Amino acid sequence: MPETAVEKLGLAWTASQPLVSVSDLKMWFPISSGILQRTVGQVHAVDGVDLEVNAGETVGLVGESGCGKSTLGRTVIRLLEPTAGTVRFKGADITHVRGRKLRALRREMAMIFQDPYASLDPRQTVGDIIGEPIDVHRLAKGKERQERIRELLRVVGMNPRYADRYPHEFSGGQRQRIGIARALAVEPTFIVCDEPISALDVSIQAQIINLLENLQSKFNLTYLFIAHDLSVVKHISNRIAVMYLGKIMEVAPSAQLYRRPRHPYTGSLMSAIPIPDPAVELRRERFILQGDVASPVNPPSGCRFRTRCPRAREHCAEEIPTLEAFGLEQKAACFYPLD
Amino acid sequence: MTQPLLEVQDLHTVFRTKDGVVKAVDGVSFELTPGETLGIVGESGCGKSVTALSIMRLQRPGRIVSGKVMFKGQDLTRLTESEMREIRGKEIAMIFQDPMTSLNPVFNVGWQVGEPTRLHNGWGAKRALASAVSMLGRVGIPSAAARAEDYPHQFSGGMRQRAMIAMGLTMTPEVLIADEPTTALDVTIQAQILDLLRHVNREFGTATILITHNLGVVAGMCQRVIVMYAGRVVESGPTPDVFAHPKHPYTWSLLRSIPRLDAEKHEPLRPIEGVPPNLIDLPSGCVFHPRCAFRIDRCTRDVPALLQINDTQHAACWVTQAGGELKGA
Repeated sequence: MPETAVEKLGLAWTASQPLVSVSDLKMWFPISSGILQRTVGQVHAVDGVDLEVNAGETVGLVGESGCGKSTLGRTVIRLLEPTAGTVRFKGADITHVRGRKLRALRREMAMIFQDPYASLDPRQTVGDIIGEPIDVHRLAKGKERQERIRELLRVVGMNPRYADRYPHEFSGGQRQRIGIARALAVEPTFIVCDEPISALDVSIQAQIINLLENLQSKFNLTYLFIAHDLSVVKHISNRIAVMYLGKIMEVAPSAQLYRRPRHPYTGSLMSAIPIPDPAVELRRERFILQGDVASPVNPPSGCRFRTRCPRAREHCAEEIPTLEAFGLEQKAACFYPLD
Repeated sequence: MTQPLLEVQDLHTVFRTKDGVVKAVDGVSFELTPGETLGIVGESGCGKSVTALSIMRLQRPGRIVSGKVMFKGQDLTRLTESEMREIRGKEIAMIFQDPMTSLNPVFNVGWQVGEPTRLHNGWGAKRALASAVSMLGRVGIPSAAARAEDYPHQFSGGMRQRAMIAMGLTMTPEVLIADEPTTALDVTIQAQILDLLRHVNREFGTATILITHNLGVVAGMCQRVIVMYAGRVVESGPTPDVFAHPKHPYTWSLLRSIPRLDAEKHEPLRPIEGVPPNLIDLPSGCVFHPRCAFRIDRCTRDVPALLQINDTQHAACWVTQAGGELKGA
């Protein structure tokens, strides 16, 4: 049995501590221009995020396009090296790990991608796609490897004989199952699911959501579930973090967030989600946000949401609100929160 | 009942591919009454967009092989291309999912929004621009006169969709077809655009066909809905009735398979098993039978017609047509 990342990093961790913890994380991307490609600005994709994910839970990460949720997900599992801040996994600082240690870390973490058409190599067979992480980490060879691939296909609800086929032979939902099997191949503890169902048809989405839930209880997985669809996120997550322009605006247990949002952005996001029930829609009070999201290159001073916020006052432009506790499990970054 | 404004009768549109003939629209019939918002809901490939394109005669390379589209006493499928051009954009306008690809990147927004008035009314550039600016203001674009000078890439996604709606409305058409108008947009922007469409419907009295895969959008926007599956209409009726007691197993299962934001407690979703059929090789009998939990023998043999089930609802299902109830754990 190969060493786990934690053993390699030489640290002890107990399940009572957060599995993943991120503090003051920043991920900026330079913008270059001109013939000398000089850096003329920075995209503040993730700009000071604190977040903890406990073992066995699902934390949902919601926000509109460009809010930095995917970048945060990629930084947390170290597909990107952060500009500043720290990422801890099982207590170990993994912010800047490289080489052997980073490879060991890749056995603990995996990612499921949005587009099941773009994330599978069309020239590889399904077996080779799922087998690649097994080969890279030297987890199995020969017959044992074949058996593991077949087992992984069974686990995601596919016929093991499909190992010899190519991705184009499958529908979107089946491809997403292949992507999930590949993520599971290293037997990870933590999986970042980046919009795993947004590219799928409505009737297929529920199949994949249920599969992810079943796999979680079967293998005791921890998920960071990134999506823009708040109904799906609320369904699958224990807790939800709401992001806006690189910052977390609010974190709360799912039901609490819906019942009593504290941040005006959360409130308007909730009110913008259509509910598939005409009777409910008729009674609903609509709270429509004006304008568009500001630019992450030059974010507004103070609270980033203030340019669209119906409750914003002068103070919101002067100081950046930090996440404050509302009761035991809820936090919101707002000077004038909702009741 | 008021006279329908638009009547689609047994429409068939096919695409010839190297693998065979795709029956994209396979016998679709419905009516649109003046001033109403009608939802067409279904998954990708169900034929909802091709139905809309066929109404506009923009279905190419597809071919309308039979059926009628009656609008003001004439059958649009029989008009010549130049006759059709008089209708398009003037009496029936259409807006699309992706406003970036449906706007021309090399002309400014004001020029494009004014195009219908130059084309149909023969207005000069100045007059057309003035009307475009006024229209852009009415769809909620701030400092419309200045923004009319901008090019599409200088607009955000939501603003582009507003510009498309402005262009669609310049000739005050009687019918507006909106094909997934908010699918490419963020939810808070989607809420803005849906609000605008409600407002347009009230202010201009434009009858709207809203095509979407989002049942929540239908619930909040449409008085009536038709549900499509594999090129056919499987159910139709007033939105409240269809959502409260669907009469086709597809509608019934779809409603139970989606998570609801207002769900009180966590219950596992009940997915529809299997995948939508291949349109080149449709299943025998009812197209939904391989995935249907209520299937009886007859469903695999005979194609059910869309028939009246009660006072307000129609469904193409042998089970509910025989008085069967859709119930389940």
